[in-house]
Amino acid sequence: MSTSPTETHHAHGDTHGHGSPRGYRIGAGLAILLTILPFWLVMARPLSSPGLTAALIFALALLQIVVHVTCFLHLDTRSEGGWTLLSFLFTTVIVVLTIGGSVWVMFHLNANMMPMPNGPMH
Amino acid sequence: MTDTLTKTIFGRLTWDSLPIHEPILVGTFIVVALGGLAVLAAITRYRLWGYLWKEWFTSVDHKRIGIMYLVLGIIMLLRGFSDALMMRGQQAVAFGSDQGFLPSHHYDQIFTAHGTIMIFFVAIPLVVGIVNFVMPLQIGARDVAFPFLNNLSFWLTVAGAVLVMLSLFVGEFARTGWLGYAPLSELAYSPDTGVDYYLWSLQIAGVGTTLSAINMVATIIKMRAPGMTMMKMPVFCWTALCSNALAVAIFPALTAAFFLLILDRYAGTHFFTNQLGGAPMMYWNMVWIWGHPEVYVLVLPAFGIFSEITSTFTGKRLFGYSSMVYATVVITILSYLVWLHHFFTMGAGPSVNSFFGIATMVISIPTGAKIFNWLFTMYRGDIRFELPMMWVVAFMLTFVIGGMTGVLLAIPPADFVLHNSLFLVAHFHNVIIGGVVFGLFAGMVYWFPKAFGFKLDPFWGHVAFWGWTVGFWIAWAPIYIVGLMGTTRRVHHFDDLSLQPYFIVAAIGAVVILIGILGFVMSIIMGFVKRDQLRDTTGDPWEGRTLEWSTTSPPPAYNFALTPVIHNLDAWYDMKTHGYQRPAEGFRPIHMPRNTGAGVILSGLAFTLGFGMIWYMWWLAALSFVGLFVVAIGHTFNFNRDYFIPADEVTRTESQRPQPLEARA
Amino acid sequence: MTDRALEPGENGAITWHQVEEEHHDHGGGGATILGFWIYLMSDALIFASLFAMFGVVSGSYAGGPTPREVFELPLVALNTGFLLASSITFGQAIPHIEAGRVGPTRFWLAVTGLLGAAFIAVELSEFAGLVAEGAGPQRSAFLSAFFTLVGTHGAHVTCGLIWLVTMLVQIGQRGLTADTKRRLMCLSMFWHFLDIIWIGVFTFVYLYGVIR
Repeated sequence: MSTSPTETHHAHGDTHGHGSPRGYRIGAGLAILLTILPFWLVMARPLSSPGLTAALIFALALLQIVVHVTCFLHLDTRSEGGWTLLSFLFTTVIVVLTIGGSVWVMFHLNANMMPMPNGPMH
Repeated sequence: MTDTLTKTIFGRLTWDSLPIHEPILVGTFIVVALGGLAVLAAITRYRLWGYLWKEWFTSVDHKRIGIMYLVLGIIMLLRGFSDALMMRGQQAVAFGSDQGFLPSHHYDQIFTAHGTIMIFFVAIPLVVGIVNFVMPLQIGARDVAFPFLNNLSFWLTVAGAVLVMLSLFVGEFARTGWLGYAPLSELAYSPDTGVDYYLWSLQIAGVGTTLSAINMVATIIKMRAPGMTMMKMPVFCWTALCSNALAVAIFPALTAAFFLLILDRYAGTHFFTNQLGGAPMMYWNMVWIWGHPEVYVLVLPAFGIFSEITSTFTGKRLFGYSSMVYATVVITILSYLVWLHHFFTMGAGPSVNSFFGIATMVISIPTGAKIFNWLFTMYRGDIRFELPMMWVVAFMLTFVIGGMTGVLLAIPPADFVLHNSLFLVAHFHNVIIGGVVFGLFAGMVYWFPKAFGFKLDPFWGHVAFWGWTVGFWIAWAPIYIVGLMGTTRRVHHFDDLSLQPYFIVAAIGAVVILIGILGFVMSIIMGFVKRDQLRDTTGDPWEGRTLEWSTTSPPPAYNFALTPVIHNLDAWYDMKTHGYQRPAEGFRPIHMPRNTGAGVILSGLAFTLGFGMIWYMWWLAALSFVGLFVVAIGHTFNFNRDYFIPADEVTRTESQRPQPLEARA
Repeated sequence: MTDRALEPGENGAITWHQVEEEHHDHGGGGATILGFWIYLMSDALIFASLFAMFGVVSGSYAGGPTPREVFELPLVALNTGFLLASSITFGQAIPHIEAGRVGPTRFWLAVTGLLGAAFIAVELSEFAGLVAEGAGPQRSAFLSAFFTLVGTHGAHVTCGLIWLVTMLVQIGQRGLTADTKRRLMCLSMFWHFLDIIWIGVFTFVYLYGVIR
């Protein structure tokens, strides 16, 4: 990661990524495909297992997010000296901990503190 | 007809909202009103309104904004500590048949306000203020990355503080504790304005804090002087970076939690209610996802302050710079993995509790590494026990004990006995006062001469020091003891008279701390009175090692006439020992941002939005909301935001500086 | 002896100061993109909290309407199409922004805005329909979380539209200057970010809601 605090190569000192028209076209095509697929999987139900369908649509969503982030937001190791990538990865970790941790904790709280069938303090 | 009109205009605000039947509040109001009027009269008498508006309120200078944050924090400290004195007073007398002087209805508001004010309007502003003032100077920058945003952040915090203070005299404050747990904070159980004051004031202040954190992170990443790589940055800047990055990560969780509770209270949703599928524990979960990392947001800059002071007053480079940096980063990440230890007893079960218990214990390790680094820095150093260093030693002795009681509480079976006891209350006051508060006092004494050009009065500074350190233990040792015996927190009356001696001692301790606080205020006043004797003429009164000490005291508006080039850690020490000579010519015009009133106006509108929502004055809330958009968008059409300081003015300012320091060995 | 900003190695002296170029600005101009990115990260975390809330109560129907009963996937597909298309049309504007071509920039921005407005219109009618059939946010925790998560996203899109209109006005007044270009880059990041959040919404809320 670049640690030089002043980049003087640009008139406006920016090191954010610039897209190529080709990059945009590939991204657009992939995004459209990765949108049609999950909608088709759920609306047409070609697969019998809902669990498999769910796993697939989650994977496709993750993939499409990566496409958006790389092709439209031009996130890479060079942008802003690597700091946008670092903050993105840090945020991803926090998102996983927040959503995963909350669901894990709440699931356990819910299971352990479920009202008993014969009333309280039975 | 007039009744509906009154209700439309004033919402639920009526004459009954004013506490004219409560003598303590009436008395407080009279004192505050008289004091406030005296201040306003003095400002008018000495014709200072123009000066205050032009030089301070609209300033986008990080030094001015930092000082304003500190002023806010100290004023709110006086309010928050008054709440503490009242609680100690009540708990010292309310035993058996004596109900004390505070009914529970009132007592509950006091402990809620005490916690809310101390965290959000004392600790956060003081930390943000010191980071604001010091960090840009330490990295060799002229200001933060977004000066206007800095000003806005300050005034949003003020808007929140004003709302909290207003709740004392108009309506009531929350009675839920400083985190506002659901379902108690839901409309069904807290229908009055209390929780609404709490939510809107913290939501507004929280936006300010989040924007400020983004600002500080961007500044440290992008605006370091040439040659100052990340590993040549002062440790204080590392702790400021990690603290603010953590703040950016956690305030959204608090914002979301408060947003959902606001929706429950205003829109009839069911996030945290007891009916229709609501999940009250999710509020606890979200609020503590914010709450635990928040204490690290506060304590990391304090650790940074201790690092700077230890190194300066032992005349040595800080021991183990790299390990300090790694420890700071590890603490930042780990602090996000422990939040459930605040509700071990709520039934998550052994697997969940074990994970969070072990993670909590692990986080004490990097903290311990830091303590050892400070000790190793002091070892064989030429220690000067001036006031800042005294605060460091007091911190080490006090905070370490608090940390140990924390590890004790981290064990879930132990916590099942001690949760919500006074032992817990003593623990967190031990670490917050010993860690954060002592760090803030150390930092204020250390950097005050840089900000104002003269040192604080040493005698009263010592009064403050001993008042706090001795008072702290007299106040809190008994609380640890009664907590271990099983006394519950947030109780306004006790039946067991054998506990009373402990609470009397604790009340005496609180009075000794009061002496400490008054001593601090006196050290400022007497410092000002004796400023000619206490003057800092060189800009480097403590033989400092970092860049801020290379400027005058106070620094000029532009901080550095020429951007410094950095070659080593402890840049100023490096300059002093390599024959640095301050240039007297070759200056260029300096690009500066203009002052602006937009921050004050936007925050004023945020205040009226909050007030309107609290009192159900929908027209006021709607107008304020629209006004916020109009002013914010209007501000973006102002392209006249900067100016240049001419080169000859820079030359003149620089030539008025005292002679350069002799190089020191 | 006065020290001037020396080149390294000149007379063996150490360089203590940097020569200031005439228009070299170390100020906020270079930090805006990073600063805005960090703001987007914080916004992502607000949505993460809202997603977590939704995840926790997504099965709490309180005897009321369930996802299968209230979600119309064809409408969601249409809306997703609008938003994705608007992301693509914004991408069409970027080369024109960088090249300073005001006319094409305004055209593609306007198309983006219309697609965004269509998205909001469809979403508002979806919400109105749900409220009318008794499936409003007060009915159950699941519906509270649904309306809040999707509604917050919609509010962000609305703010983006207001921003977009403001930019059209400013470009009309001042053209594509350094300031307006920088602001458009931030708006572009914001717009794509909202499309990314929508991926999470349509997958986790709508599609998953219907098959679980």
